[in-house]
Amino acid sequence: MVARGVRGPGWGLLLALALALAGLPRARGVEEEPGAHNSIEGFQVVTFKWHHVQDPYIIALWILVASLAKIAFHLSHKVTSVVPESALLIVLGLVLGGIVWAADHIASFTLTPTVFFFYLLPPIVLDAGYFMPNRLFFGNLGTILLYAVIGTVWNAATTGLSLYGVFLSGLMGDLQIGLLDFLLFGSLIAAVDPVAVLAVFEEVHVNEVLFIIVFGESLLNDAVTVVLYNVFESFVTLGGDKVTGVDCVKGIVSFFVVSLGGTLVGVLFAFLLSLVTRFTKHVRIIEPGFVFVISYLSYLTSEMLSLSAILAITFCGICCQKYVKANISEQSATTVRYTMKMLASGAETIIFMFLGISAVDPLIWTWNTAFVLLTLVFISVYRAIGVVLQTWVLNRYRMVQLELIDQVVMSYGGLRGAVAYALVVLLDEKKVKEKNLFVSTTIIVVFFTVIFQGLTIKPLVQWLKVKRSEHREPKLNEKLHGRAFDHILSAIEDISGQIGHNYLRDKWSNFDRKFLSKVLMRRSAQKSRDRILNVFHELNLKDAISYVAEGERRGSLAFIRSPSTDNMVNVDFSTPRPSTVEASVSYLLRENVSEVCLDMQSLEQRRRSIRDTEDMVTHHTLQQYLYKPRQEYKHLYSRHELTPTDDEKQDKEIFHRTMRKRLESFKSTKLGINQNKKAAKLYKRERAQKRRNSSIPNGKLPLESPLHNFTIKERDDLEFSDPEETQEDRSGGIEFLANVTRDTMADSSAGVDNPVFSPEEDAGVLARVPPWLSPGDTVVPSQRARVQIPCSPDHFRRLSPIRLSTKSTGGDPEPEEAPRARPPESTHM
Amino acid sequence: MRVSSDQIEQLHRRFKQLSGDQPTIRKENFNSVPDLELNPIRAKIVRAFFDNRNLRKGPSGLAEEISFEDFLTIMSYFRPIDISMDEEQVEQCRKEKLRFLFHMYDSDSDGRITLEEYRNVVEELLSGNPHIEKESARSIADGAMMEAASVCVGQMEPDQVYEGITFEDFLKIWQGIDIETKMHVRFLNMETIAFCH
Repeated sequence: MVARGVRGPGWGLLLALALALAGLPRARGVEEEPGAHNSIEGFQVVTFKWHHVQDPYIIALWILVASLAKIAFHLSHKVTSVVPESALLIVLGLVLGGIVWAADHIASFTLTPTVFFFYLLPPIVLDAGYFMPNRLFFGNLGTILLYAVIGTVWNAATTGLSLYGVFLSGLMGDLQIGLLDFLLFGSLIAAVDPVAVLAVFEEVHVNEVLFIIVFGESLLNDAVTVVLYNVFESFVTLGGDKVTGVDCVKGIVSFFVVSLGGTLVGVLFAFLLSLVTRFTKHVRIIEPGFVFVISYLSYLTSEMLSLSAILAITFCGICCQKYVKANISEQSATTVRYTMKMLASGAETIIFMFLGISAVDPLIWTWNTAFVLLTLVFISVYRAIGVVLQTWVLNRYRMVQLELIDQVVMSYGGLRGAVAYALVVLLDEKKVKEKNLFVSTTIIVVFFTVIFQGLTIKPLVQWLKVKRSEHREPKLNEKLHGRAFDHILSAIEDISGQIGHNYLRDKWSNFDRKFLSKVLMRRSAQKSRDRILNVFHELNLKDAISYVAEGERRGSLAFIRSPSTDNMVNVDFSTPRPSTVEASVSYLLRENVSEVCLDMQSLEQRRRSIRDTEDMVTHHTLQQYLYKPRQEYKHLYSRHELTPTDDEKQDKEIFHRTMRKRLESFKSTKLGINQNKKAAKLYKRERAQKRRNSSIPNGKLPLESPLHNFTIKERDDLEFSDPEETQEDRSGGIEFLANVTRDTMADSSAGVDNPVFSPEEDAGVLARVPPWLSPGDTVVPSQRARVQIPCSPDHFRRLSPIRLSTKSTGGDPEPEEAPRARPPESTHM
Repeated sequence: MRVSSDQIEQLHRRFKQLSGDQPTIRKENFNSVPDLELNPIRAKIVRAFFDNRNLRKGPSGLAEEISFEDFLTIMSYFRPIDISMDEEQVEQCRKEKLRFLFHMYDSDSDGRITLEEYRNVVEELLSGNPHIEKESARSIADGAMMEAASVCVGQMEPDQVYEGITFEDFLKIWQGIDIETKMHVRFLNMETIAFCH
């Protein structure tokens, strides 16, 4: 993209640019060497070596400019909600190009095909493949293929031939173009561009079927484009009269070779990648690298074999995603996800900006009104006609019909982009005499489709009321029923003796489970790798995290760590504190925590006010104590190990406990547990009372609650000791947690004479050590109840331990969703 | 009831093949479908073919054997939505399909999917994966049940008991979820002609 002939004035100008946008490189260079002046003759301490760093420097600067521009766009939400980012970037590119041109009068920076095809396109396509919704994609594969292959050929042929027809009529004036040149132009302008489509459609949010069809088409038509382009280019080179029928047949054969070969390369590399990630357990830190390197290699390999590189990397992403995601660690998965998104979005940004910049070059501009306008008209019209015709055919076979509005959006969403531009720039001027006309027309077409259509597609979609995609949280029920449907459908196809989609899918998934997964997945991953289980995990984890995060957000150590605050007061601090403060703090905290159970909100308010008034010294000490282990943790540095932060560990910890606890609680529900039931009843009564008159002390309450506390505490002891022990060796963070817990328990067992104190402490322990792990198997109060986060009730419903009755319709007093709906209940906890 | 004539012929051939040229099919006949063997919920699906509720022959119970007409009745649950249908018909169609699934879950025909029944289904569903233990399947079922309860009832009083998913609740759970592609078999869609059964 950069530095074609960047010498002399070129960089002077860049400097001016950089001055405005990123600071002066020269000045920086000098600043870095403070003692520069006492240099000895002959040996220069400081040398200014611009040429040494020129190229990477300029690249880095451009990336910076593009990224800064993106920030700037998003400063105004209004602008970005109306104008697609791609259009803004093109305009910015035009402006920057204008500046460069004004300063230099040479178009120093353009989007070169090499940079585009080797560095900018692969990340975008890989991203598309790796995050491809596979089921949707394969479910609509037939439709996509038809549009990609027939549609593209249709577009290329009709556009080329029509232009040629008009040319023959003499409307375009005198041009040195033959039929083949027109067809060549038609073939490069015909393909819908994945980059442009992604950029625009991601902001529009049409329904997923429509999106996958347009987007899938744009990805898969690459093979057609490549073949058509190569065929016609070689025909042009040969000269029109020498083209024989054999060449045409060869062209058709080469289409199959290019597309299938590209796909095969992609699949092979996906296999390799999945296999490699199976064995990366001990090199976690470079794990994400494999994903990128191997997929990139698939791209390069198929490029080397002159197969469809886009198909290769797309299918590499599509095929490997399942296994890679299962094999690599969670952190690596996150890294891969973010890196991929970053690279793709960065590449996209640069592409559009440089499309703008490249346009500012008078040397490439050749205007021919008729040619340009007719091209615009033809590609739009023929796209629409093509879509309508193909949809008409498809709708006879499709289960979900593509309606008229879908067709409108599909026709209108046929955006052309950087691929066409890069291809047209690749043309050889000696062979294609009117290259400049083609280039300028392509630029116009790209700008028109990206800016004008991109700008208007959103209002159009709204106006037509196209079904939008809605983002829903994954639901367990939905997944389960979906699974049931899958099996039913495949069974129906089996029974009726037909081979359909479901039949194939079913057979494939059986094959996958029996063979592929066994080879390509870690053993541990095979176990946990079920989609439903995943959703379950996800939901659990989300709840746990949000639960913790909520506590953190509220700024309350008490929420999650408050038990330790309590502890702290009793723990021997090395830091001396005034005893009065200690007394007051402990008193306040105690009072508070006991309130926690009733109403977290009011507690929080109180706590906050307390904080304000509290002695800052004490507070500091407390916090210091609390956070100390974390700080120490952060000092550790290792290049090869990423130490998960405390938070992460705790989240995980919480999650594991939730799972374990859940499982345990089910076991216990199976066995009858009278004691718990009784307790549950007590709970409920108390709860109700508490709710009704939380201020009025109830006679029964003080009697019951301490009793409860004791039993519960005992259980606590039992339950906590075990997990705590096992996890201790894992990390400092958890050790810390464990210690505090133990402290608490030691403290409580030392004899609690204050009924107010004990509940609070328990609540604390439970709150910090995830509450849903807490005491009685069935009697567990929800953590909500305990700490009553003012939050939507749905939010935490899944967290709460399950107390479903095993009796199918029995009148079990304990309703299943009680944890969710449960009001503040657990004074005695 | 709309299934195309070609389809009917084809299905009839298949029916005969399954029944061994008998006028009716019994449960055992389904054992001869080899591909069905790998289906984790095949028992439930085969049962659905004989379920009186699905056959519209009664509120509960199982039929001993089914005729070709009954076979078609079951198959017609899977017909795709026709473009010519108006909204009400589409809704009706959707309900029927969901009712089929509901009946499969509600094995004791009491109009409720109880926890026990739900667990049972989930266990079977997940039995294809040897790595998932029964316990996890149960916990998933429990989680799903809680989710269902929260969707259907919302805030519940502490002493309220959620006894099971009724069909109304079931519809609520499915609200907003497309089943267009989920409960349709493509081959039943050729040149639909009216076929009144």
